[in-house]
Amino acid sequence: MAMMNLDSILEGRRSQPHMLVEVMLDLQDQEGYLPEEALKTVSKELGVPLIDVYRVAHFYKAFSLKPRGKNVITICTGTACHVRGSDLLVNQVKGQLGIEPGDTTPDGQITVECVNCVGACALGPIVVHNESYCKNMTPGKLRKKIDKAAGVKKEKKHA
Amino acid sequence: MPRVSHAKDLEIIRTQVDGKRNRARLEMVIPNGTCCQASGSAALIDAVRAELARQGLLQDVALRVTGCLGFCEQEPVILIEPGNILYCHVAAKDAAEIVSRTAQKGEILEQFLFADPVSGKRIQMESDIPFYKAQTRQLIRMHRFVDPFSIDDYIATGGYKAIAKVLAGVKPEEIIAEVKAAGLRGRGGAGFPTGRKWEEAHEAPGDEKYVICNADEGDPGAYMDRCLLEANPHEVLEGMMIGAYAVGANKGYIYVRREYPLAVKHARIAIGQAREYGLLGDNILGSNFCFDVEVARGGGAFVCGESTALMTSIEGKVGEPRAKDVHTVKEGLWNRPTVLNNVETWANVPSIMLNGAKWFASRGTDSSKGTKILALTGQVKNTGLVEVAMGTPIRTIVYDIGGGPKNGNKIKAVQTGGPSGGCIPERLFDLPVDFDALWDAGSMMGSGGMVVMDDKTCMVDVARYFLKFLQDESCGKCVPCRVGIDRMLEIVTDIAEGHGRPEQIPLLQELAETVAEASLCGLGKSAPNPVLSTLRYFIDEYTAHVHGRQCPAGVCKALITYAIDAEKCTGCGVCLKSCPHDSITGEKKKVHIIDAGLCQKCGICISECKFDAITVK
Repeated sequence: MAMMNLDSILEGRRSQPHMLVEVMLDLQDQEGYLPEEALKTVSKELGVPLIDVYRVAHFYKAFSLKPRGKNVITICTGTACHVRGSDLLVNQVKGQLGIEPGDTTPDGQITVECVNCVGACALGPIVVHNESYCKNMTPGKLRKKIDKAAGVKKEKKHA
Repeated sequence: MPRVSHAKDLEIIRTQVDGKRNRARLEMVIPNGTCCQASGSAALIDAVRAELARQGLLQDVALRVTGCLGFCEQEPVILIEPGNILYCHVAAKDAAEIVSRTAQKGEILEQFLFADPVSGKRIQMESDIPFYKAQTRQLIRMHRFVDPFSIDDYIATGGYKAIAKVLAGVKPEEIIAEVKAAGLRGRGGAGFPTGRKWEEAHEAPGDEKYVICNADEGDPGAYMDRCLLEANPHEVLEGMMIGAYAVGANKGYIYVRREYPLAVKHARIAIGQAREYGLLGDNILGSNFCFDVEVARGGGAFVCGESTALMTSIEGKVGEPRAKDVHTVKEGLWNRPTVLNNVETWANVPSIMLNGAKWFASRGTDSSKGTKILALTGQVKNTGLVEVAMGTPIRTIVYDIGGGPKNGNKIKAVQTGGPSGGCIPERLFDLPVDFDALWDAGSMMGSGGMVVMDDKTCMVDVARYFLKFLQDESCGKCVPCRVGIDRMLEIVTDIAEGHGRPEQIPLLQELAETVAEASLCGLGKSAPNPVLSTLRYFIDEYTAHVHGRQCPAGVCKALITYAIDAEKCTGCGVCLKSCPHDSITGEKKKVHIIDAGLCQKCGICISECKFDAITVK
């Protein structure tokens, strides 16, 4: 990754160990995951031992140590979504893509994740596709969404 | 940029905003919170704005983009004043018609009015809609007046008047006495008296103290904190300022979960504006009081909603809780005295200081004062955020406000308090919603999630769902929680999968009681609640699973089979196409068949079939 960008994340936070989570969240948002080299730099610049950096990376669900897909499909499995059938959505993904939540398709196109609640409970079940929220999802709607997400790539390839 | 250095400056801003508003003939309010955006509000706002410009109405009509107004099910909505007209389910393509007919000519467009699902009638005024009628909207009511990006809007509603009043000569002890007299209890779950917490932190020795706003809201099924912080962030900031002044803190943190990106953004903007106005920083409003606030984001760990874990997380570490032999009001963040309150608690503070303890305590029950925002979700007709006076019966909330069951099914229970709460059966729906009544019934207020469950919800499956959630979220530090939840989940899974043994039921009960007693923090102590409350009220469902090998609700996969009703099947082939496991066969226009050996009971065919032909037994 470009060191320039990490520099701007670290700006004003250097040698402040308590900024670790904030820095890592920014890094995760920017890169989609936490690259090893970047974590080494973060460890050095904030003054936090690398082992503690990795402990934090493993503890919080927000962090991923592996690169994620271009499309991140997040299925909300909060209580309100659960009683309205979010399990069916998880099944749909497993059947359609053959991957488990948390995994990425081998072509790097789609990552599927589950989240405990995104707080749009009145409209459940909710799926978040990258940053856009989709309400009242059904397995059928999700299937089309995933097809479309996978299809975008094909079109680009032809162009 | 005007800097507010005196209470008089607030008055000037208020007059300016009022003047501007009075010049407009009509006001259109469009909420744009996270849930509104999921329904397409952003496109609607753009379309309405473009249409107002095109029709030359920018001066006449004031468009205000606000936070959520609570009736999430009906979004996107437009509220039109004067007239209190609410248009529901409005799409961007409707903007031209609404602007040309309603905004230009004052016509009311019947097709956008709320259609009452109970009576079928169209209702014109927002205040006449049953969903709103039984509510007491103290906090949410303000959202319509405030563009969350505008500190001026907040000031125009009387914002920052309370902190001005306090700094003009109310002593910290008097503030604490007022909050105590109001009977304000923590809205985050446990209901600890806020005034007592402040008093202990005030009396704790030390120059450096902190206040924290807990917006981690990890309880699935609750989102009032997100809504408050998104819609009216300055109200939360003002509450924190008053609290900080009362306990002697100069620094505050708002800890928001990162799953709420809009709340993070709005909180940051609000802090920036308050700093610009001099309402945060040194010598606020010309006094000696100095205070600043920072946003800290959570990393997606449920346990970080627990106060000690949250504080470790702000310190940039792994968010594990610690034993509370020394309270956080004495040794909290960086071992300094710290007051941590929930978003809704902080939001209630300014109005208590302005209107007095008596006013606040005039609503509610003996032990629980004021109002509470509940997130009404699940299998009811009207879902959304509901603000009621404490003591309102569950029945009123579910049937009058919620409009009753969604799909004509029978309502069986409500789940309150998230993973720490429990399920309350329908026969107890006359219980008033207050901290103690819910606790006595084996549940808890929690942050105020209220998920309605009907007879298609299996209570064993619900217990299993929460145990899975908690197994995932337990930080693993103490044995009772880490191992106890694992073992409980094993037992409940056995029961759900049809190989439960009778002796496992008392064992589950005993295990649950042990985990509650021996765990280190609130997460573990309350983790058994979903199990205990379902065992207490729905023991017949457990016995049906164990003795009858049946799941009465038709949910637990091992105990059900899918079949196609030959009378209803039209042979359209939709199920065949949608089945990801190729377990359905059949020719076009002939009855289809499910191969029970291949069927994974994923339920996709049920959601796809338009003729209700798939049966579950």
